[in-house]
Formats: sequence, C-alpha cells, structure tokens
Amino acid sequence: MASEAHGAEQAADQGGLVFHPMDQFIVKPLFGGDTVEWYTITNVTLWMGVTILAIIALLVLGTSRRAIIPSRTQSIGELAYGFIYKMVEDVAGKDGVKYFPYIMTLFMFIVFANFLGLLPMAFTTTSHIAVTAVMAFAVFFAVTILGFVLNGPKFLGLFWVSSAPLALRPILALIEIISYFVRPVSHSIRLAGNMMAGHAVIKVFAGFAAITAIAPLSIVAITAMYGLEVLVSFIQAYVFTILTCVYLKDALHPGH
Amino acid sequence: MATETHEAVGEGLADAMGVAAHEAADAAPGMPQLDFSTFGNQIFWLLVTLVVIYFVLSRIALPRIGAVLAERQGTITNDIAKAEELKAKAVEAEDAYNKALAEARAEAGRIIAETKAEMQADLDAAVAKADAEIAVKVAEGEKVIAGIRENALVSVKDVATETTAAIVAAMGGAADEKTVSAAIAARMKG
Repeated sequence: MASEAHGAEQAADQGGLVFHPMDQFIVKPLFGGDTVEWYTITNVTLWMGVTILAIIALLVLGTSRRAIIPSRTQSIGELAYGFIYKMVEDVAGKDGVKYFPYIMTLFMFIVFANFLGLLPMAFTTTSHIAVTAVMAFAVFFAVTILGFVLNGPKFLGLFWVSSAPLALRPILALIEIISYFVRPVSHSIRLAGNMMAGHAVIKVFAGFAAITAIAPLSIVAITAMYGLEVLVSFIQAYVFTILTCVYLKDALHPGH
Repeated sequence: MATETHEAVGEGLADAMGVAAHEAADAAPGMPQLDFSTFGNQIFWLLVTLVVIYFVLSRIALPRIGAVLAERQGTITNDIAKAEELKAKAVEAEDAYNKALAEARAEAGRIIAETKAEMQADLDAAVAKADAEIAVKVAEGEKVIAGIRENALVSVKDVATETTAAIVAAMGGAADEKTVSAAIAARMKG
C-alpha cells in the first residue's frame, strides 16, 4: 500500500494524470490545528462570512442612498427583492408574503454561496449535503408545523386526494405521504449534487490539461462547463426557493 | 486492481493534505461531503450565517428596499397625475386661445364690414356731389359755348358783309347794303 502510494506520487511528479476532483470540498481549519470541532474556524466559516459580506454589500450598502432613480447596484438589489417577492406572492399567495424574509434569506444565501463558489480556489458551501440538508429540513419542519398550526387536522387533507375515486384514495394517500417525506431529501440532494458535480467535472477537465495535446480542448471544456455552472448556480437557487414556496403554499392552503 | 489504484490515489491525496486530511480521507475516502466529523462545524456556521443574513435582511435591507419601491411607485403615480392635470390645463388653454382667436376674427370682420359700408356711403355722397357740380359746370360751359358760337356767327356775318361791300366797291360797283345782306344770308343758309 505504501509503495503503491509512492508510485502514485511518482506519477504526479512525472506530470502524469492526477485527478483530485473532490479535494476542493474538504473542510479544513483555517488557522492550523488538526481537528475540526463544531466551533473551529474553517474554510466553511470563511466562505459563509464572504457570503454574508456580499449580501450586505448588495442589499444594504447598494441601497444606502435610497435613490428614486437607482444606481446599478441598487437596481440589482431591487430586482432580487422584486423577483423573490413576486415568486412568494404568486406561488404561496397573498398570505404567504409574511414569510417573505425567510425565503429571501434562503435565496440570497444559496445564490451567493453558489456564485462565490465559482471563483477559482473558492470553497462552495452549498456543495455540502450537511448545509443543504439543514436548510431543506428546516423548510420541511417549518412547513409541516405551520400547516398543523394554521389548519389543524385539516392539514392531513393534503394527503387525502378528495378528487380521486374513493377506492384509490388510500393508495394515493400512501404515495402522497411517501413523497411528502422524500421532499427534504430531494430538496437538499438536488442542490448539493448539482453544485458538487459541476465543480468536480471542471476539476476533472483541469486534470486533463496536464497533457499538452489535450490542453486546449481541456481549457475549452472548462470554459463551457464554467458557463453552464453559472447558469446552474442561479437555477438551483431558484429551484430551491420556488420549491420552498410550493411547500409553503401546501401548508397555507392544504386542499388540492 | 482498480480499487488498489483508487486507494493509492487517495493515499497520495491524503499525504498532500497533511495529517488531518489523512485522517479525514481514512474516514471518508472519496467524498468530503460524507465526512461526518465536519458536519457539526458546517451546521453551526450555517446557522450563524443564516441568522445573521435573516437579521440583516429583515431589519435593514428588506424594509429599506420595500420603502424605496413604494416611494418610487408613489412618485410615478403622482407624476402621472400631475402630467394629466397639466395636459388638461394645456387643452383648456388651447380651447380658450382658439375661442379668443375666433372672436377676434369675427370682430375684425365686423369692423371691416362697417368701415367698408361707411367708406362706401362717403364715397357715394362725394360722387353724387361731384356729379352735381360737374353737371352745373357742364351746363355753364355749354351756355358759354353757345354764346360764343352765336357771337361768332354774328361776327362772321358782319365780316362777310363788310368784306363783300369792300370787294364790290373795289370792282367799281356800288352795292347797297340790303342786297349784300340778303345775298350773304342766302349763302350762309346754303
């Protein structure tokens, strides 16, 4: 095993193909130390902090002049506000608007974490299932509790498809319940999986650049993937947010 | 063989990363996402981040942007209302202008007609007066001419008589005045 490792390192020294596509996702302490405790300041801390600063720069500093005729930054901030506000209003209804700040928080965090993760050498916090799962389960529990608090037992009507024939209803109820509990899983894995896959693929293409003959093709492929990832970064944030709105709508208006 | 290579790569990776990563790689070869030892750290910092973002958004950013958007909407509505008001005023002013213009035109027309009528009356009077004067002058002139003509005829008769008498005398005859006058009268009639 040790000799094999040595062999691999030799290959690396000789400029052979070395793929470490998953290294970029390793959580490591920023200021030395070996262990990662819950309070350790790691690259996760750093990039989440950068995310917060970026959001503050856009939505607080960018709008500080409160101009009637907005600057570019303020315009982008207003666009983001209008985009999510309209989404919440359209999908979850008028009474969903009071949950707008929570949904805006999720959207801004995800979209900024995704885009910041596209910077070279950056760490993509949303590529970790631990992060997306916390958000997905937070949405899941919040929506479920909200559904029961607002509607009481009537919330269970969500699983009882009254428009279907009576004989089918128990089967449909089972399917509905399963799909309901799968929601947080798909919700979180969709985001983390998309972010991880794209970044890993870019790294794999980058690994091929070590071969001179393939290097130009590799660079073209990285560029193309990067473009796709820019798109995916926004779309996944959008999807996560709109699904949150859909789940919220289920909690507010449980009939089908 | 394949797994061996994979492990070898993992080892090389772990060596490069140092001891900590070595342990991590041992715990979760391949996916750092499934290295549960880092979950606590990520979840803690995620919660801190989300809480900070939530407070920044709900206390500062969102009310401010909402207020700006509402204010802009209000400004736009006000401006449109003001513009409509001004437009109505402009239409009103134009109507008033057109009305004043029409009135002025009518007044001007009336004054022109009056003036024309006055002038025509003056002109007619003057023409009539002139005609009358001309007629008087013509009558006077005709009378004078008639007088002159009569005098001329009388003079012609006198001159003819004297001339005839002189001619007859020169020829050695003696003409009595009555015969000469009768002959001249006869000639002048012819």
